[in-house]
Amino acid sequence: MLKANHITVRYGDHTVVNDLSFQLKEGQWLMLVGPNGAGKSTLIETISQGVPYEGSIDLEGKDIRRYRPAQLARKVGVLAQKNTVGYSYSVDEVVGLGRYAHASGFLSARDDDGKDQVEKALALTGLTELRHASVLTLSGGELQRTFLAQVFAQNPQILILDEPANHLDLVYQKHIFSLIGQWLKQPGRAVMSVVHDLSLARRYGTHAVLLNQGRCAAQGAIGDVLTPENLRAVYDMDVYEWMREMLQQWQ
Amino acid sequence: MKKISDRFTWRTYVLFVAALIGTMLLCICVGSVSIPLGDTVTAMWNSLWGLEIPAGISKSIILNVRLPRVINVALVGAALSLCGAAMQGLLRNPLADDSTLGVSSGASLGAVIALAFGVTIPGTTYGGTMIMAMGFAFLSLIMILSLAYVLDRSLSTNSIILIGVIFSMFASSVINLIVTFAEEHIKSITFWTMGSLSGTNFGHSRILALALLLCGGVILRYSRELNAFAIGEDNARHIGVNVRRVKMIILITVSVLIGVCVSISGTISFVGLVMPHMARMITGPNHKRLLPASMFSGAIFLLLADLVARTLLRPIELSIGVVTSLVGAVAFITIFYRTRKAR
Repeated sequence: MLKANHITVRYGDHTVVNDLSFQLKEGQWLMLVGPNGAGKSTLIETISQGVPYEGSIDLEGKDIRRYRPAQLARKVGVLAQKNTVGYSYSVDEVVGLGRYAHASGFLSARDDDGKDQVEKALALTGLTELRHASVLTLSGGELQRTFLAQVFAQNPQILILDEPANHLDLVYQKHIFSLIGQWLKQPGRAVMSVVHDLSLARRYGTHAVLLNQGRCAAQGAIGDVLTPENLRAVYDMDVYEWMREMLQQWQ
Repeated sequence: MKKISDRFTWRTYVLFVAALIGTMLLCICVGSVSIPLGDTVTAMWNSLWGLEIPAGISKSIILNVRLPRVINVALVGAALSLCGAAMQGLLRNPLADDSTLGVSSGASLGAVIALAFGVTIPGTTYGGTMIMAMGFAFLSLIMILSLAYVLDRSLSTNSIILIGVIFSMFASSVINLIVTFAEEHIKSITFWTMGSLSGTNFGHSRILALALLLCGGVILRYSRELNAFAIGEDNARHIGVNVRRVKMIILITVSVLIGVCVSISGTISFVGLVMPHMARMITGPNHKRLLPASMFSGAIFLLLADLVARTLLRPIELSIGVVTSLVGAVAFITIFYRTRKAR
């Protein structure tokens, strides 16, 4: 569905992503993992056409740069890492904007199932009760769910999520990740997400790209990538041992 | 809790229209010469249908002096407030207004050059000033966007605000320099830079109405995109807004509308800053409701400010900008404190 070819992103003299290639296929949940500053969020911004880059990204065989923004948004939904709102929009107004790409043009067709999609997205993320609340009054987790609902309302084929578990308590982490897993089961869909919690990545991901200083350290099936050796090389510590220690506290 | 859109219905629009018509009639009736409401309505009604206006009614004052002025004040108020609301949404900055871009300073500079160096168009009183103001408004926009583009290819909001503020300061310095060497024109320059719509006519009304219809139509058309920008530029891009194109269209449209307004009324501050905030208290931030409400509230506010400007120290007429700045500053501080308290 999505193929990145030799992507390089530079901020001035600093190369943030260096000659990275990978593929995202139908039914895959590709986890982007790596330490801080590895280039994960920049890669998400690159796919959403937020930063200039070298190389190419093909979406269904066509260079992503050749898509019109609304056309791209109908295929790819992006959840940013940080979401802040300056004005007191209601939750359903923010979620409703997810339908923009489906009725964006001056003479575009009416978005007949827009209302249904918004209702469904609000229900899926547990926001129906809060639909009229001002986004300025929401907690960090509720705001994250609001923007996730916006992406669901967008009804794309590919979800690109930058830290979807940000600000979410354990209950909602489980709920949202299971929800995305369910969403992925429909044909013609794929998910790519940045996840810091390696346990979540291991539990829900099918594939992974392990990044280190902008370069690909390993990629492939999740079990083949998140090995003790690969993780030690990238994080410069025994990740498995640390995970075991953390778990032992509960026994 | 009742949803804002449930509170803001067609009845609210009827109320706004009624308030606007009422304020316009008040402004026509009150002035250095008081005119009974009945005379005003009769003169306007008869004139509209080509009927004879009864003797004893101050036809000339009503139809030639006050009516065009009141219409122009309402149109300028609506336009400035609409531009302010659009800029606050686009730049996601509640402190943005028509002056943030620097275009109104550029227009002022053009007008001041025309006044100081006697640029005129034969047969017109302020034709030279108007053309120079509009020309400089457009040149300023080109310059500001070009500089912002050189600084940052993505034309980010911060770059535009930064260049706009710097350009405004530059234009103000040049205006001050011109004023220093053009002592004999100080009064007209000062009066013009403080804003006034006295002496404007139906010709000005036609220009303003056309500009508001065209530019206002474009801005209203982009209310959904403005909502997306007000939530966040990155989010706007993610949901499929053509961020650069929409930004350019709105900036150019706002600049043209401001250029036309400034060329006719001079610089009138605070309307574009304060009135969208007032309107937002009634309508919420959704631009589908906010933009029309800002137009109505801007028109009503400027009409009242103009009324105060010409009646407070009769027979001396104050500049309208003095009144809007005084009232606007107090109103803005009140809004600011109330908002902070509410949080």
